[in-house]
Amino acid sequence: MLELLRQALIIIGVLAVPFLIASGLTWGERRLLALFQDRYGPNRVGPGGVLQVAADMFKILMKEDWTPPFADRPVFVLAPAIIIIATLSSFAVLTFAPGIAVADLNIGLLFFLAMSSMAVYSVVLAGWASNNKYALLGSLRAVGQMLSYEVFMGLSLMGVVIQAGSFSLGTITRAQQHLWFCVPQVVGFVVFTIAGLAETRRIPFDLPEAESELVAGYHTEYSGLKFAMFFLGEYVGITLIAALVTALFLGGWWGPVLPPLVWFLLKTLVVIAFFILVRAALPRLRFDQLMEFGWKLMLPLSLLNLLVTGAVVLWQEGLRF
Amino acid sequence: MATIYIDNEPYTVEPNGRNLLEVCLSLGLDLPYFCWHPALKSVGACRQCAVILFRDENDTRGRLTMACMTAARDGMRLSLTDPRAVAFRASIIEWLMVNHPHDCPVCDEGGECHLQDMTVMTGHVRRDYRFDKRTHRNQNLGPLVNHEMNRCIACYRCVRYYRDYAGGRDLQALGWHDHVYFGRMEDGTLESPFSGNLVEVCPTGVFTDKTLGRHYTRKWDLQTAPSLCVHCGVGCNTMPGERYGLLRRVQNRFHHEINGYFLCDRGRYGYEFVNDAARPRVAADPDTVRGWLSEGRVAGAGSPRASLEANAALRALVGAENFYAGVAPAEHALVALMRALLEVHPTPPPSLREVEEADAVLLLGEDPTHTTPRLALALRQAALRPPMAAAGATLKIPPFDDAALREAVQDATAPFFIATPQATALDGVAMQALRLAPDDVARLGYAIAAGEGEIAAALRNAQRPLVVAGFGSGSPAVAQAAAAAARALGARLCFTLPACNSLGLALFDAPGVADMPRDVKTLILLETDLFRLLPDAEARLRKVKHVVVLDCLATPTVAAAHAVLPTATFAEADGTLVNYEGRAQRHFRVFPATGDVREAWQWLDALRGVTRTFDEVTAALAALPAFAGVEGAAPRAEFRLLGQPVPRQPHRTSGRTAVTANVDVHEPTTPPDPDSPLAFSMEGYQGHPPAPLTPRFWAPGWNSQQALNKFQQEVGGPLVGRPTGVHLLPVNTGAVPAGTPPPPFQPRADAVLFLPAHHIFGSEPLSARAPGIAALTPAPALAVGAALYARLGGGPVEVRVGDAVLTLPLREDPALPVGTAVLPVGLCAEALPAWGTLTGGPRDA
Amino acid sequence: MLSILHTIWNVFTHAFHRRVTVRYPEEKRPLPPRWRGRIVLTRDPDGAERCVACQLCSVVCPVGCIALQTTQDETGRRYPAFFRINFSRCIFCGFCEEACPTCAIQLTPDYEMAEYTRPALVYEKEDLLIDGTGKYHDYNYYRVAGLAIGGKDKGEAEHEQPPVDVRGLLP
Ligand code: SF4
Ligand code: SF4
Ligand code: SF4
Ligand code: SF4
Ligand code: FES
Repeated sequence: MLELLRQALIIIGVLAVPFLIASGLTWGERRLLALFQDRYGPNRVGPGGVLQVAADMFKILMKEDWTPPFADRPVFVLAPAIIIIATLSSFAVLTFAPGIAVADLNIGLLFFLAMSSMAVYSVVLAGWASNNKYALLGSLRAVGQMLSYEVFMGLSLMGVVIQAGSFSLGTITRAQQHLWFCVPQVVGFVVFTIAGLAETRRIPFDLPEAESELVAGYHTEYSGLKFAMFFLGEYVGITLIAALVTALFLGGWWGPVLPPLVWFLLKTLVVIAFFILVRAALPRLRFDQLMEFGWKLMLPLSLLNLLVTGAVVLWQEGLRF
Repeated sequence: MATIYIDNEPYTVEPNGRNLLEVCLSLGLDLPYFCWHPALKSVGACRQCAVILFRDENDTRGRLTMACMTAARDGMRLSLTDPRAVAFRASIIEWLMVNHPHDCPVCDEGGECHLQDMTVMTGHVRRDYRFDKRTHRNQNLGPLVNHEMNRCIACYRCVRYYRDYAGGRDLQALGWHDHVYFGRMEDGTLESPFSGNLVEVCPTGVFTDKTLGRHYTRKWDLQTAPSLCVHCGVGCNTMPGERYGLLRRVQNRFHHEINGYFLCDRGRYGYEFVNDAARPRVAADPDTVRGWLSEGRVAGAGSPRASLEANAALRALVGAENFYAGVAPAEHALVALMRALLEVHPTPPPSLREVEEADAVLLLGEDPTHTTPRLALALRQAALRPPMAAAGATLKIPPFDDAALREAVQDATAPFFIATPQATALDGVAMQALRLAPDDVARLGYAIAAGEGEIAAALRNAQRPLVVAGFGSGSPAVAQAAAAAARALGARLCFTLPACNSLGLALFDAPGVADMPRDVKTLILLETDLFRLLPDAEARLRKVKHVVVLDCLATPTVAAAHAVLPTATFAEADGTLVNYEGRAQRHFRVFPATGDVREAWQWLDALRGVTRTFDEVTAALAALPAFAGVEGAAPRAEFRLLGQPVPRQPHRTSGRTAVTANVDVHEPTTPPDPDSPLAFSMEGYQGHPPAPLTPRFWAPGWNSQQALNKFQQEVGGPLVGRPTGVHLLPVNTGAVPAGTPPPPFQPRADAVLFLPAHHIFGSEPLSARAPGIAALTPAPALAVGAALYARLGGGPVEVRVGDAVLTLPLREDPALPVGTAVLPVGLCAEALPAWGTLTGGPRDA
Repeated sequence: MLSILHTIWNVFTHAFHRRVTVRYPEEKRPLPPRWRGRIVLTRDPDGAERCVACQLCSVVCPVGCIALQTTQDETGRRYPAFFRINFSRCIFCGFCEEACPTCAIQLTPDYEMAEYTRPALVYEKEDLLIDGTGKYHDYNYYRVAGLAIGGKDKGEAEHEQPPVDVRGLLP
């Protein structure tokens, strides 16, 4: 009984916390961007402006939820739901602290990769159902970009898997008790971070929504609650990638003094802050640059990393036996 | 065909005695000018149209010459863009501007000023003159035309138009050198009834529209639509302009066959009746009226000042057998007679352009200046042109060299004969002006038909003779005599008509309102003032149970009505009118009617319980044989250019987000217009629409009325696109109704023959309500001959004619035939001419 | 590659820089007199209304937010019978001021005109007309125009000769 209650609490927590972080980010990102750009950002509503979150939420819910008459209605409604479901369900396989996980699957990483491929559908369907040239162009770009970057995203993780000997995220984190994987897997760490940025379509990889060229890309026609779902979906995605980076490379919950869960949270937030810093600093890539970067640099690099890691691990094993 | 090289580009042109300026403008090239006017031709006074003319292709120097004074010839080489010509033209403008005041912001010409346009065209953008400017005092020229002499550039157009073209005598060039002054000897109303054209003729803001000035709006803010003048039977084309729901002015809309470049003052200034505060604006309940229609016999009276569509809608409502013409009995019979005479005449009635081209004129019983004024201006040209043409041929003066031609002919005129009871404004250009009583005028006509007398001889030599008579004399005998004379001479026959749609109403072949049966329960009067038409109007109205009046004027009939349905004026309604030639033309709504006011045909359709578009009303009308083809007068409502309607508002219209912001801060939607291809909007087709739909003349760089050059096929020629209007009147249909000369006029000792006197200002009921026109309407007075005047001692007299008794002051007209007196029309409903008595007034007693 | 890292680092250091934002309602910046804010109608140095209702501002306005009606007093001096600006449409481009031949319409450095309802942003002549000359102190259009008005007859404007005596014979 108690165990069941515990599980229920964890599930609710895993559903609620990313949401809370994501909505907090709608304000936090603007404050941080402002900080890096010598401004203040939203600082009027509530102490330090935190109630901006509530104000924005209220505003976006009050907006007319308009489905254009030319849109493919069922698909149009479905698309934003997919992105939320896909990203949220990835949280299920994360282990936040010893014993705090919804389902520490032994194929946890594969599940995450599968889910992030699902997210692509959301974007494609949104662009297609909108029946709008900008939306379609945006979703075309999204497919190209996300499919390409998924390839080496998966590959970059293989080093970690080899080292930890498991696809389970709990096991991987536990394997980092003495040394965070960002040290031996530095290449994998960098590649995964970059691919994660691309997966969440963040600057400098925000070509699918490039507002200076495509109005708002695949979600041009969205408004009100449906737009809010895309908007939140993006922030949940960032949180997810940050949590994964923490779990895979930054030692997860390991840390002195503070309780493990706090460590996990802290690390995640620092990674998110770094993502925001990147947004503040870098311009958007061109599409050909994006592709070139992915296929000609990142892919060979992650293959090389896999090779070397494999070799080293085999060599170590050889030493042992 | 000739080839002319302009700036080394060959152009194929038709010289036709035209000058280089006309050729250049016809080709669409921009060449500045001031003193040349397409109707007044050239004098070479302003030096603005300078070009460089080369002797041949080897001549590189060329010489500066005035394009407007040089006849176009085959093989000519000229340059508009030669730097010397450009510099010369700029310097001319610079000197013209030396004394020009800094007035544009407060000048009514601003925004449609030819001087502004030409200044910009020549590139003179900075004034370097630092010395003192000469100034002039202005004159008060009456209620119609404003005078601001400082702005004059001494192009002489005004006096050339006023004196040479329109025959006025009181405007002249006074003073000398740079003091030259264009005005009258002293303050006073301009005498010519065509003075309003000075507003358009003067290229600057010296002469401006005083009525516009009282509610001033710039041209770029005026909502305009192609419209027609509704103040006489000529059917001049106009462009009324509206802003904020008020009609602001009327401008001339060029029609090659009719009004050309000019309007009369009644047509230009009569528009203010539209803004009359006394207009009926509250409607009775139409359902109540509908109920009355089933209570017994219903009859309707149509109107000669309502459109064909309104009359047709009434006819459809009451049935053809209950439809009557709302016209006084005598006039009804006379118009029917004139229509019959025109239909049997071998040639169609002449357009005003053909009137101007006549080389001999016989004017019988009519003073067109006061009945159909624009016709009088055309007749004046007919009197003056033939001698000028002859002089041009013998002295080899090109036809555009106006000053030289007028110098050559001095006072010579064409064979132009007038026979009327009273003096007319055209007497000055007539070879002979006879003062005869109407019956004697008719006898003269028959005598000419029989080939007797010197007049007949003079007319018989003419190539293009013309006979003019009309409703003004009130005499059917004169009309018949005129038709007989015209037939005998092989001349064109022209009858004047009183109202804008007199002929249109006559084509319905309805009996006159006087023949209406006495047992009518419900009487529907469409724009008909019974008190003006029938002496017993009051008694008749009392017998009718329900009197329903549809009108846009506050008439005594409206006051006596049981139900009033306020109708739209011409400016708020679409409609087709038939002019004196039988030409059906369309006028379009300038602005939508507000409040209860609706177009007459809409009221009548509503009473009948049907909803139709305007085109459906016209189509139903065209089903009547007399109106076959009438729908061709203008394009149908679905007509679009590049899928767009024609905008009534200029593309520069201002204040669209502020005009109604005090009422509602949200901008209103534009009112829909299902009845025409025009839109109450500034959005739509921005090119040149076909002529019947042209709402204004404007072209880039040409903001004034003179942008018209860009809308014509060639300078002075017809507008581009399809012609406006269709002819409804058949011609040469059969036997001539026999007419016999009446016995000679015998003065009677016991009675006086009262003849009708029309006046350009006041005799027409619509324009009479415009303040500017009302100010010029002469006080009613009885004109009598010298003997009678002496006997009555000039005092007020009592006039008895029919049942009417009037007390009037006297006026002396020494030339009047003995035994006649002239009574202004509209004072009583009795038909004139009529015998009556005259007794000395109180002073005599 | 390195330059990207350098950029990220550079931007990061900005987190410790002073912020340039002026915190508006508490702190206000002095504005130059040519700031394009709330529009006023001014008077000439003699205290009379400057606007001659020429309608040039209304036609030049790209959003069409000026409407007026010309009228004149008994001496012939022109002025607007009404003059309306719909500030909920105005984009403060300043074209109207540039077009005005009399320096009547001027934009001022006042931008605090927010309202809760749009109709409150519709200003009539009473709301626009101020008692001073605004930025241009000396210009009086009627002193240079040729039109005679009350208090200034023909020939009394700047650079004008006395009116011509048409009947005079002297050259
Ligand atoms: S006449 Fe023309 S140029 Fe002269 S003040 Fe008037 S608008 Fe200006
Ligand atoms: S008053 Fe007008 S038309 Fe007459 S000369 Fe002067 S500018 Fe020409
Ligand atoms: S500032 Fe610009 S938008 Fe505003 S009233 Fe003036 S011209 Fe119009
Ligand atoms: S431009 Fe100036 S003078 Fe003209 S109407 Fe506007 S404010 Fe008045
Ligand atoms: S237009 Fe030719 S000289 Fe005036």
